Amino acid sequence: MAIRINGAEIAVPDDARVSLLGLLREQLHLTGTKVGCNQGACGACTVLIDGERVLSCLTLAVQADERSVTTIEGLSGAGSHKLQDAFIEHDGLQCGYCTPGQICAADAMLREIAAGVPSYITADLAAPARLTREEVRERMSGNLCRCGAHNGIVDAILQVAAERTA
Amino acid sequence: MNPLSYHRALSTADALSRAGDGAARLLGGGTNLVDLMRKGVERPSALVDVTALPGTIEATAEGGLLIGAAARNSAVAAHPLVRSQYPMLARAILAGASAQIRNMATVGGNLMQRTRCLYFQDAAASRCNKRIPGSGCEAEGGFNRYHAIIGTSPSCIATHPSDMCVALAALDARIHVAGAAGMRTIPLVDFHLLPGDRPDIETLLAPGDIILAVEIPPSPVARNSAYRKVRDRASYAFALVSVAAGLSVREGSVEDVRIAFGGIAPKPWRAFRAEAALRGGPATREAFEAAVIEELAGATPPPEAAFKVELARRTLVAVLTELSGSDR
Repeated sequence: MAIRINGAEIAVPDDARVSLLGLLREQLHLTGTKVGCNQGACGACTVLIDGERVLSCLTLAVQADERSVTTIEGLSGAGSHKLQDAFIEHDGLQCGYCTPGQICAADAMLREIAAGVPSYITADLAAPARLTREEVRERMSGNLCRCGAHNGIVDAILQVAAERTA
Repeated sequence: MNPLSYHRALSTADALSRAGDGAARLLGGGTNLVDLMRKGVERPSALVDVTALPGTIEATAEGGLLIGAAARNSAVAAHPLVRSQYPMLARAILAGASAQIRNMATVGGNLMQRTRCLYFQDAAASRCNKRIPGSGCEAEGGFNRYHAIIGTSPSCIATHPSDMCVALAALDARIHVAGAAGMRTIPLVDFHLLPGDRPDIETLLAPGDIILAVEIPPSPVARNSAYRKVRDRASYAFALVSVAAGLSVREGSVEDVRIAFGGIAPKPWRAFRAEAALRGGPATREAFEAAVIEELAGATPPPEAAFKVELARRTLVAVLTELSGSDR
């Protein structure tokens, strides 16, 4: 019984009520992942499980048994992630509270686009989606920013996407 | 939350042997159940995780689709056959929740999700006939802008929250269920129940039943189909009104049509009356208008949701007009 968190094997809590978010913050002191609404409405707690973005507040830690979890600490590693640099450059934050969730979500979202997955606003469901400003806004709608830095967030994500395809 | 046990079922037999315990709940992605446990609405003492049971998506021999109950919503929406054969289903799933939640949520869980009526979710302070039968309904005289306009009862006016189920209702999907008496299939349009005087009983499932899969029959009309969701913000919000529709027109006449509404009823609302009115008749805006008016003739909206009658009418007419190609 173990969860791989940022590469380390972590024992699954004995109490099945412990959320993945609670395990990360209160037992492992990985406080980069934030508690926002704690009810699946804001995206601040977004982490990656097996590379896919999920909400750690609505995930029981035990559900992640035998799976691989990556948090903002794991994404940035020893330095900083390209998305973090781009968020700073484009003022994609003010208070910064939602930022770890935004970065984790954006990291997974760029892979979803690369895999050709459509969104609700993709005109042609049969063709691979193109990364437009509108697509980024729709695909990032699960991450709220109460400071209203969304325009900068979209700019930052589009810049990183452009660099990757350049 | 109450103390509880957790078990990840590795076979249907294993899950069935544990699901009959009245205090147990089956756990899919947990996006609704874990939230309701935290709010004190659900108080299971045991969770049986069914996400390791089959979640494959495959074509059936007759040309339809079989979707395992553990399939994630995002996987269904991204599947090539869903996108090409059943575009209304891909679009409906993509209209729901956020990418994070769609990655977690399962198809079986989506069928079983509970209403987002605020009074239902407020176990601490609100009366609710769905939560505690006979306790009363706060929505009736309270905040009911998001509530149902048709199929309601004096006991309950809550809406069914799913987008996916609206498309499945229009597509004549069937639910494969395993229970103590063996296997059976239930048409999706019969699966969810209207509230009547027992709004706490929401589906035809008996205690201990497990949803194994959703089967969608082949549907030529679904290739020309759409899902449109009208809501208070452009994304990540529940529907005020949504429409799933498929339409085929031949020489100006409606050859075949499928219509279901979301956001207006206690269950995914298949518009059988509108379909019957349209089939074989002219594919014109006037005919679409007349059909939806007939469908919603029995609407009894609560005060704050009265606007939904007109919104549902306009949304369906817009979708059918677009599908008929007559707006081009």
